[in-house]
Amino acid sequence: MNSWLEKQRSIIDFTIASLLRRKGRNLGLLVVYTAIIFLLASVMLFSHSVKREAQVVLAGSPEVIVQRMVAGRHDLISQDYAEKLKGVRGARNVTPRLWGYYFDPTVSANYTVMVPDDRTIAPKNIVVGEGIARARGAGIGDVLAFRGYDGTLFSFSIAEVLASDSELVSADLMLVSEEDYRSFFGIPDGLFTDIVMTVRNQREVRTVAQKIATALPDTRPILREEILRTYDSLFDWREGMMLVLLAGSVLAFSIFAWEKASGLSAEEKREIGILKAVGWETSDVIRMKFWEGGLVSMFAFLLGYLLAYLHVFHMSAGLFETVLKGWAVLYPDFSPTPFIDGFQVVTLFFFTVFPYTVATIVPIWRAAIIDPDAVMRS
Amino acid sequence: MIFQPAIIALLLGSLVVTIMVLAASGFGVQVLRRWNIGSGSELQVKLERQTYLISTLMGFACTIELVSLLLFVFNADRMASQFVGAMCAVGTLNANEFGFPALTLKLINFFLAGIWLILNYVDNKGYDYPLIKPKYLLLLVLAPLMATEFGLQLAYFLGLEADIITSCCGSIFGSDANTVASEMGSLPLSTSMIIFYSVMTLTLLAGVFFILTGKGGIVFAAMSGIGFVAAIQGVISFISIYIYEHPHHHCPFDVIQGGYNYIGYPLYIPLFSAALLGLGVGGLLPFRQKQSLSEVIPLVGRRFAIVSVAGFALFLTVATLSIVFSNLIMFEK
Amino acid sequence: MIYLDNVHKIFNQGKVNEFQAIKGVDLTLEGGKISVLKGPSGSGKTTLLTMIGGLSRPTSGRVRLQDRDLSSLPERFLTEIRRKTFGFVFQQFNLIKGLSVLDNVMVPALPTGRDHKEVRDQAAALLGRLKIAHKSGARVEWLSGGEAQRVAIARALVNDPEIVIADEPTANLDSALSEEFLEIIHGVKQEGRTVLMTSHDPVVCDAQVVDRVVSMRDGALVDGHQA
Repeated sequence: MNSWLEKQRSIIDFTIASLLRRKGRNLGLLVVYTAIIFLLASVMLFSHSVKREAQVVLAGSPEVIVQRMVAGRHDLISQDYAEKLKGVRGARNVTPRLWGYYFDPTVSANYTVMVPDDRTIAPKNIVVGEGIARARGAGIGDVLAFRGYDGTLFSFSIAEVLASDSELVSADLMLVSEEDYRSFFGIPDGLFTDIVMTVRNQREVRTVAQKIATALPDTRPILREEILRTYDSLFDWREGMMLVLLAGSVLAFSIFAWEKASGLSAEEKREIGILKAVGWETSDVIRMKFWEGGLVSMFAFLLGYLLAYLHVFHMSAGLFETVLKGWAVLYPDFSPTPFIDGFQVVTLFFFTVFPYTVATIVPIWRAAIIDPDAVMRS
Repeated sequence: MIFQPAIIALLLGSLVVTIMVLAASGFGVQVLRRWNIGSGSELQVKLERQTYLISTLMGFACTIELVSLLLFVFNADRMASQFVGAMCAVGTLNANEFGFPALTLKLINFFLAGIWLILNYVDNKGYDYPLIKPKYLLLLVLAPLMATEFGLQLAYFLGLEADIITSCCGSIFGSDANTVASEMGSLPLSTSMIIFYSVMTLTLLAGVFFILTGKGGIVFAAMSGIGFVAAIQGVISFISIYIYEHPHHHCPFDVIQGGYNYIGYPLYIPLFSAALLGLGVGGLLPFRQKQSLSEVIPLVGRRFAIVSVAGFALFLTVATLSIVFSNLIMFEK
Repeated sequence: MIYLDNVHKIFNQGKVNEFQAIKGVDLTLEGGKISVLKGPSGSGKTTLLTMIGGLSRPTSGRVRLQDRDLSSLPERFLTEIRRKTFGFVFQQFNLIKGLSVLDNVMVPALPTGRDHKEVRDQAAALLGRLKIAHKSGARVEWLSGGEAQRVAIARALVNDPEIVIADEPTANLDSALSEEFLEIIHGVKQEGRTVLMTSHDPVVCDAQVVDRVVSMRDGALVDGHQA
């Protein structure tokens, strides 16, 4: 065992010296390798972090949302539905909600207007998210004017701007009092946008949903877990798409790696011949070459991953934000929180180090079987 | 299909490995037909060179097989959240009819590939490539299995649609479901434990006997295989519930998650290594008559047996300690 | 000690440019002696040398070292034996550029799994014995012909081989250096090693230290029978 270790150590020593001897040649490979890893790692780190963010945020959303459907479209729901829902076994905290969208032509953006249930807002006052504040260039105390459902101008004074750490969901949020909401959108008393609730026992969520659907056939219950699944799926899909698009570059890189590994200079061939002539076996040469590839891979991987980490978490992934966040006018200004896990690293390995190694197996073998006989004759 | 990076990586890996093994078998066929160790002809030299390529390809393929086995299970566990009713990898695997067959074949291929590596290792110690024919015959068996594994994985992943209602381990492994898995779980607890500990003890004894006397290697190899199955059965039927401290949580996959201190690793790694090496001993014994291996095989066999017995012992220790230190009480005195 | 039985070597077998380099050679070489294979270029002496040293295998016939049949061994084991038993000094020296003298000397020992420090010490000692220790850190590109050869000899000795093989060792040396070389070789023999050389240089073939000269021509021994 000891001699095996010594042997590896000696070969690694030789390999390092060998790599350093050909800095120029290996540097080109290293740069390309690092770039590929950087690219892929950035994509993965960013989408995982956004996915995580979404999960964390969604964890606070209601377990069940009940919406009334008319001819397949979402319609207003009346108070007595809430009463019926309170009667469903397992349902808890049945609360009707008022919310909607307002399109602001001055900045061509959609706001989500909502009546909060955790605070009271003074009449003619609004609480806005950072995105709106930025877009309208307004702050606390400023007055914003909007057009109501019947064309009349409504003026609201900004009482508060929502904190920026909740930006992912609150950037475009505008909170108003119930009275103001109803008069602005023309919604009569007793009607609400939808009804939310929690369930006594997590595992019964689906059963409760079924009961709701039976009791109120013109409604559809939306489960939080469904939303989470869908978001998961969506982000996964986007990430997968990006990686597939980058597949072209991975392929190009593999071909590049193959070329580099195959294109031995006459000097390198001579060196291998000498090694074999003085007693190195084919498998020793193969081992050395794999160590070469391994050391380059490790170095490129660490460097590329580190750069990707800095890029995503310290520069907010400037390069891909657009694609991965979705196209909208009001961008939340959020910094992804660092999140790495082993699973992700292994997958990254599969997309980078794996193709590199595969591409180099045959060229390495071809180099290793060089006939030492030729050396004797030169 | 679900377009996830891990799935793409798994399929890509499996495809590449399959191609490698097929290519290796292609060379292998050539070697089998024309091999003549005594000849110094150029053809023979060329064939010998090719064996280096085959060994390298296979070594690489086996490593990837191993990693992808882990990745496959891990991924299935991760993805459970996307399937209604799935609480762990079992739910994900049940989403369509290809999930468990793919996993089973992956396990089989892992062992076969491992045995190939063992044969290769021993072959390299004999000065006349004594195991070359059996080695490449095994390769010819392995190639179609790898291709099938790829096919099964592909079918499985293509057929995955999120939101499919699937069953979770509670219903499969709980005693009212009507599957083999549930039968395993539904034996009375004490019976399960008795079977488990008896089989494991016999395996250890067979191993120690082989180490000390060099006889009974076949028995030990067979016991390794049986021991492996018994161990998995043990994990599902009772070790898991003590780890999770929940009388109905039988899932064998969740133990590799962080929530349970990653206890799955010190449990499964020794078990798998032990089973592989034990089976390897069995794979080597038929060849101990070969002249160039007459010293090598007993030596290597003994070494493998020692590691294997240690592995099984470690597995037993971790499992037993998990039971002893668990807060779950299943037996009222 | 080294036995060749009816050894043939054919290049490009079966092709249009098939060439018989060695045509049925029988030879016995004694251990502990310095032997020279003499002959003009093209006589096959280098080919024979590579087969004796395990660098290539005969197309037919056998090469035996003591009682070990080298010719039927696959490369893996041949290399292991060669590493332990033979030390090579090439005509062009064939040192690895970019490595220091000391590193070059250590190269044959790296795959043996010997303790790294031990190998280093031995290499340094060999360089000292060959009076070239002062250059051990130097790059091999900067050495003179005579110095390079000494490094090559040191490298050949690092694995403590029984047999030292040198191919045209004086081809790139002047007379003074050739004489020095012969002295070194004599020293090697006195350590109990066997030496086998190829040469067409009369300085070598007629040297006093040489115990035996075997003549070759056109792939066969000139005398035609076991000498």
